[in-house]
Amino acid sequence: MDNRNVLGALFMLPAAAILLTFLTYPLGLGVWLGFTDAKIGRGGEWIGFENYEWLWDDSVFRLSIFNTFLYTVVASIVKFALGLWLALLLNRHLPFKSFLRAIVLLPFIVPTVLSAIAFWWIYDAQFSVLSWTLMKLGLIDEYINFLGEPNLARASTITANVWRGVPFVAICLLAGLQTISPALYEAAAIDGATPWQKFRNITLPMLSPIIAVVMTFSVLFTFTDFQLIWVLTRGGPINATHLMATLSFQRAIPGGALGEGAAIAISMIPFLLAAILFSYFGLQRRKWQQGGSDR
Amino acid sequence: MAIQAAKTEQREGMHFLESVPRRWVTVYIPLTLFLFFLLFPFYWMGLTAFKPNAELLATDGNPFWVMAPTLDHFKKLFVDTSYPTWLWNTIIVSVVATFVSLATSVFAAYAIERLRFKGAHQLGVAIFLAYLVPPSILFIPLATMVFQLGMFDSRLALIFTYPTFLIPFCTWLLMGYFRSIPFELEECAIIDGATRWQILTRIVLPLAIPGLISAGIFAFTLSWNEFIYALTFVSASENKTVPVGVITELVEGDVYHWGSLMAGALVGSLPVAIMYSFFVEYYVAGMTGAVKE
Amino acid sequence: MATVKLKQVRKSFGNTEVVHGVDVSIDDAEFVVLVGPSGCGKSTLLRMIAGLEEITEGEIYIGDALVNKIAPKERDIAMVFQNYALYPHMTVFENMAFSMKLAGCSKQEQRERVDEATRILGLGDYLERYPRQLSGGQRQRVAMGRAIVRKPQVFLFDEPLSNLDAKLRVQMRTEIRELHQRLKTTSVYVTHDQIEAMTMADKIVVMNKGNVEQVGSPLDLYDHPANQFVAGFIGSPAMNFLKGVLVTVSAGRAVKFATDRILPAPASAEPDGREVILGVRPEQLLINTLASGESPSTKPGSDEATARQSSVDFESGVEAKVVVIEPTGADTQILCKLAGNDVVVVTRERHTFRPGDLIRLNVQDGNTCLFDPMSGGRL
Repeated sequence: MDNRNVLGALFMLPAAAILLTFLTYPLGLGVWLGFTDAKIGRGGEWIGFENYEWLWDDSVFRLSIFNTFLYTVVASIVKFALGLWLALLLNRHLPFKSFLRAIVLLPFIVPTVLSAIAFWWIYDAQFSVLSWTLMKLGLIDEYINFLGEPNLARASTITANVWRGVPFVAICLLAGLQTISPALYEAAAIDGATPWQKFRNITLPMLSPIIAVVMTFSVLFTFTDFQLIWVLTRGGPINATHLMATLSFQRAIPGGALGEGAAIAISMIPFLLAAILFSYFGLQRRKWQQGGSDR
Repeated sequence: MAIQAAKTEQREGMHFLESVPRRWVTVYIPLTLFLFFLLFPFYWMGLTAFKPNAELLATDGNPFWVMAPTLDHFKKLFVDTSYPTWLWNTIIVSVVATFVSLATSVFAAYAIERLRFKGAHQLGVAIFLAYLVPPSILFIPLATMVFQLGMFDSRLALIFTYPTFLIPFCTWLLMGYFRSIPFELEECAIIDGATRWQILTRIVLPLAIPGLISAGIFAFTLSWNEFIYALTFVSASENKTVPVGVITELVEGDVYHWGSLMAGALVGSLPVAIMYSFFVEYYVAGMTGAVKE
Repeated sequence: MATVKLKQVRKSFGNTEVVHGVDVSIDDAEFVVLVGPSGCGKSTLLRMIAGLEEITEGEIYIGDALVNKIAPKERDIAMVFQNYALYPHMTVFENMAFSMKLAGCSKQEQRERVDEATRILGLGDYLERYPRQLSGGQRQRVAMGRAIVRKPQVFLFDEPLSNLDAKLRVQMRTEIRELHQRLKTTSVYVTHDQIEAMTMADKIVVMNKGNVEQVGSPLDLYDHPANQFVAGFIGSPAMNFLKGVLVTVSAGRAVKFATDRILPAPASAEPDGREVILGVRPEQLLINTLASGESPSTKPGSDEATARQSSVDFESGVEAKVVVIEPTGADTQILCKLAGNDVVVVTRERHTFRPGDLIRLNVQDGNTCLFDPMSGGRL
């Protein structure tokens, strides 16, 4: 049993079987479904691009594309900024560093839906603790309808997403920061660099490969987010927070239009590919990382 | 390679140059704000779970503390709803899916990293790309398949579909760990006459235990966290997992049983949080390892 | 005047003191080497001079300025790190020009100063390369170039050659020495290699466990070590230490070993019977060729022979048994067992000994040392 190829194939068999059956095949099936008028309960017939044409004229669909981009771009930028800041803070000489690092990750560990419920409660129109505090401070007159007013709802969902995502970005960037040799900062200090100059000339350039990876993941997961929106707003109010993923679900399962739902889901793919390629170029080994002779 | 100094001297750094007030403004205060932002929802969740309804709905008084803590919500949760069943379902599904995924991933990762058969590298990349395919694209076709296979509305549906996102991640992670095991160890064993199987079980696996733990914990957490498949493939109350059950059944019409909702959220988060607290380093290693590869 | 003065400098990490009250004075244009085993505090001391570590107690003056609380960039120093600390994402040119770029110097000025340093160090072909593409020796030169460009008052070197292979180290040693002779900048150099210290320093500071053991010129330390530690640290192969008792014989003072063998000792005020350690450098042991195979102990009347040896002259020398012979080409190192001690002899002559042979060793006049077994101090 030592023939490499035979053994290799054998070892790969279980993984390949599961993935081909439940991932590759459904992917193709999903694409096919998008070209049919399948409904729950009855099979579908080929209708070509009709779904897509219809969707293109659907204002709700177009709104969901806009929402998805808005949600992704804003949340990702904020997550990156706050995550980087937090990583820089955690990289310092602090007491209880491991403990701090551990509790910082909690929002990311805890099941999304369950923490979303907590936000649901915090955002409640009648009993929100945020509104209560702001009222007591005299900053507002009446309770804020966090999830009931379109733009407020967008801001609230983005905030919840940021809350969940910052730890992931922060911890990954922290790992990256720790690979930068302290001697570089010492050399820079001797060369006369201020903290900002150290950040711009050493930290950022050396961190950029890992930033590319982390943000790609972050963008990917934010773009295809479902849980948070579904729990908090179900896509409302007036479709203001509908993402492509939530719209796809709504049309397909409660709505019963499987073909249409599949078409919405599949139309996410071009955008996802664009995001991956974008960061692939960020991942390219830079000139200064290439070449390398032994000491 | 030249010889390096055996004992390096301790270092503390240039912190003495930074004034203490400045450090408070640039480090301690922002850090405290971050911690508050990140931890407050948990505090609020926990507090609400123990607050009696009277206090919950009152607009006066201090909402940040509980006067007369109660276990009523937990009681309602465990007695009046199917929560215990959901909890059990989630545990079963997560454990089995994790086990299945780990087992298949170990073989796959070993095959790609060590056996280095034809096309191994490309397969590795393909597996990584598989992780990037989001469940929100796959859930509709998978729903039709699950239905056709007769697995609809059962835990089996989840056990078969969860590995689709668990295996790619675990394989990728384990590939990294296998890569870090020196090849010389295996060459030594080959010279000693060991078979591939023996090498895998006696040498590679024991050394990759940290990787297995990381992957296992991550897989368990991801399973526990899964929502869209569970929402789509399961409808009967007794088959639901915790996330789905809490969202769909603890809200009766317009009435939100906040206390029980929070209790449910709290209890549902506990298994993962407890496991996490024991294995923090493994979790972080798994997360950063996957990103660094 | 670019002098450096350390007054009673102490360093503690938490509750552990690692540098205990160091006093060192470095003159303008002097090349001073801090040398000692790993962990002795020499790097910590250097980093305190640089401003990279806090000075727990004591004072450090660079020139006339007290620099305890002054940031590294204000101290007008430049440092060459052990691992070069070159910015990996910048070209060689950018690495060397970085300090000027930060200070806002014009491109013209950057170009000029970098060119000057490049000429001195021979880096002309590498300016557009990245550190990753350079060899160890080249990286080291870039690190030095970065320091030269700053035109500082003091150069600080933190074990810059430890990561290079032996041959390169020898070459770079000479280059650094030539650089110093050319630029005449005050330099403080840290190393654990005593050969580097001996070949490069104007003045050596020997450190051990946070204390200064001795300060002096290389030959000073070699010929007149203050204690056993310095004697054993400086010089390679290391000085031989033989434990014995002071006696007086007709030819002068001697040290008697456990097996009644004796070797001449320097004149000393210490009384007979005092326990001492005799320090003899390997090249100070002379070999009296003895026909190999002769084993005095099997001859009848051998006790008499050895007793006679202890009486008058040293010329016949002490018997030693050869254990290992290590020819290096230029000289030969012979490990022997002498009166129960392991001893190394270094000779420029070629011999045909084999392991197991018996030879007779004698000591060259003068230059042996006596140490106190308890304190290690020189007697």
